[in-house]
Amino acid sequence: MERSQNFSIRKHHIGTHLVLILAVIISIVPFLWMILTSFKTYEESIRIPLTVWPAQWNLINYITVWNKFPFLNFYFNTFFVMVVVIIGELIISSMAAYAFARLNFPFKNAIFIFCLSLMMVPSQIFLIPQYDLMVKAGLNDTLIALILPRLFNVFSVFMLRQFFMTLPRELDDAAKIDGCGFFGIYYQILLPLLKPALVSVAILSGLSTWKDLLWPLIVNNSMEKYTLSAGLALLIGEHTTIYPHVMAGSFLAVWPMILLYFLAQKQFVEGIAFSGIKG
Amino acid sequence: MAIKNTFMKKSARKEARTGYLMIAPLMIGLLIFSVRSFFVNFYYSFTNKSAFGNPKFIGLANYEKLFHSDKFYAALGNTFLYVLLCVPFVIAISLLLAVLLNKGINLTGFYRTLIFIPAVTMPAAIGLIWKWILNYEFGLLNAIIRILGGQPQAWLSDPNYVLLSVSAVLIWADVSLRMIVFLAGLQNIPKSLYEAAEIDGANNRTKFFKITLPMLSPTIFFVTLMEIIGVFQIFDFIYLMIPMNSSGMPAARSLVSYFYEEAFVRNNRGYGSAITVILFIIIFIITMIQMKLQKKWVFTES
Repeated sequence: MERSQNFSIRKHHIGTHLVLILAVIISIVPFLWMILTSFKTYEESIRIPLTVWPAQWNLINYITVWNKFPFLNFYFNTFFVMVVVIIGELIISSMAAYAFARLNFPFKNAIFIFCLSLMMVPSQIFLIPQYDLMVKAGLNDTLIALILPRLFNVFSVFMLRQFFMTLPRELDDAAKIDGCGFFGIYYQILLPLLKPALVSVAILSGLSTWKDLLWPLIVNNSMEKYTLSAGLALLIGEHTTIYPHVMAGSFLAVWPMILLYFLAQKQFVEGIAFSGIKG
Repeated sequence: MAIKNTFMKKSARKEARTGYLMIAPLMIGLLIFSVRSFFVNFYYSFTNKSAFGNPKFIGLANYEKLFHSDKFYAALGNTFLYVLLCVPFVIAISLLLAVLLNKGINLTGFYRTLIFIPAVTMPAAIGLIWKWILNYEFGLLNAIIRILGGQPQAWLSDPNYVLLSVSAVLIWADVSLRMIVFLAGLQNIPKSLYEAAEIDGANNRTKFFKITLPMLSPTIFFVTLMEIIGVFQIFDFIYLMIPMNSSGMPAARSLVSYFYEEAFVRNNRGYGSAITVILFIIIFIITMIQMKLQKKWVFTES
């Protein structure tokens, strides 16, 4: 009896392992194929029947795309925009979140609900007027154009407000007795306690900046001002496409975030999980 | 008493002032970039706005043109197909993987790490990688199909397959993201519930349907809503994988692709604005329906 139960549990786990291994294969084979292709010559890449391993591991495709496209600019633009957006968004969102969670002022709830309702609006609806605004301000084709509209994120305000509300009110009261003002309570007492939530917001905001394609494509038109995402769109030619080049370019674009994820896996997972928290 | 009252009033005023100051940066930004843009876009949808020159008011002409455009109906239909095709698969597969990863078996961390990689990759790169894999002549998928003795397909240019191909890529990309959210939801379910059920002799199936699903229902609803809204805005993969003039494009074009082509390739900005207004109305209605359903179906602890 005991034996059969053991057996059934083990059999069960074999099934689980098989499904998860299949999921792993499906998840990473495209990346492996990208890497393998990026080392092949063009002739190898179009051979039938196809060859899995490159005959020679040479970096020629990487050198070609690196020389053909301003990848250093892509890297700098992407990371500069990401860092500024993260810092700016954290400051703006956490201040607003504190005010909505802790302070009383007329029309607070109405204003908050109004902000929430903006979350329902698909972002494409803002694009044409935002583009016009950038052109009028002479900011199109600059990094500022990539940063500005991203600083005001209702979603992160909403998430951080939830977290402020979990902190005990006694903290505020004690600080008030010690002569701490409202801003002091926010900055000195509550914000340090919110560090994990801030890290999560930072990761979510960084990832969405990292992934964004449409806005950088629209607002910036010189290659030197492109982000990695928009730069990748340049790799696909109008007539012929040399896939070893495209795959080398793709690898150059994806590795930094994958490396960051390996280094800070726990924070990434918590950050994404955070986006599913519902109030 | 009077002194205390004025003191209270003063402090309440100070609190209100601080409150307004602290939401001011957010509100100013939202007013400039979101609220103003929303209304300006709405106004543009009644004009013949192009890339240059002053827009002229033309009433409902853009909407009339829209509702007589086969291209618009095709894009609308495609977009709904994407939603109907992708959302159930994304939710089912990511939920299944989350449940399996939550069993605490060996190697869980290893599996999770690797399955999660697509979630930190930009859609632009995902589009390029899959465009190569799905390539008709030299792609990996058709090579495998040939080895297995099947018929290779033009996955990205055959109108019969292109929507399925884009959907598959979207499902591949989104499963890894949603799985993590479900996993976190599963880990929040108190173990004591399962222990109590075990004492009552419940099997795995019963535990899943009587404990896991009801306890996870708020997360499932929220993730489903996010996924529906996200798929309605599908653009990146189509843009990267299918050239505008490809024979596959009519069967793949989404509302946002159509918007991009009209507003920023053909510079019919007014017409493009009208497309986004329609998209907004659809998403608004779906969000409302979802909220209503949620009240009915989601299990809430009381």
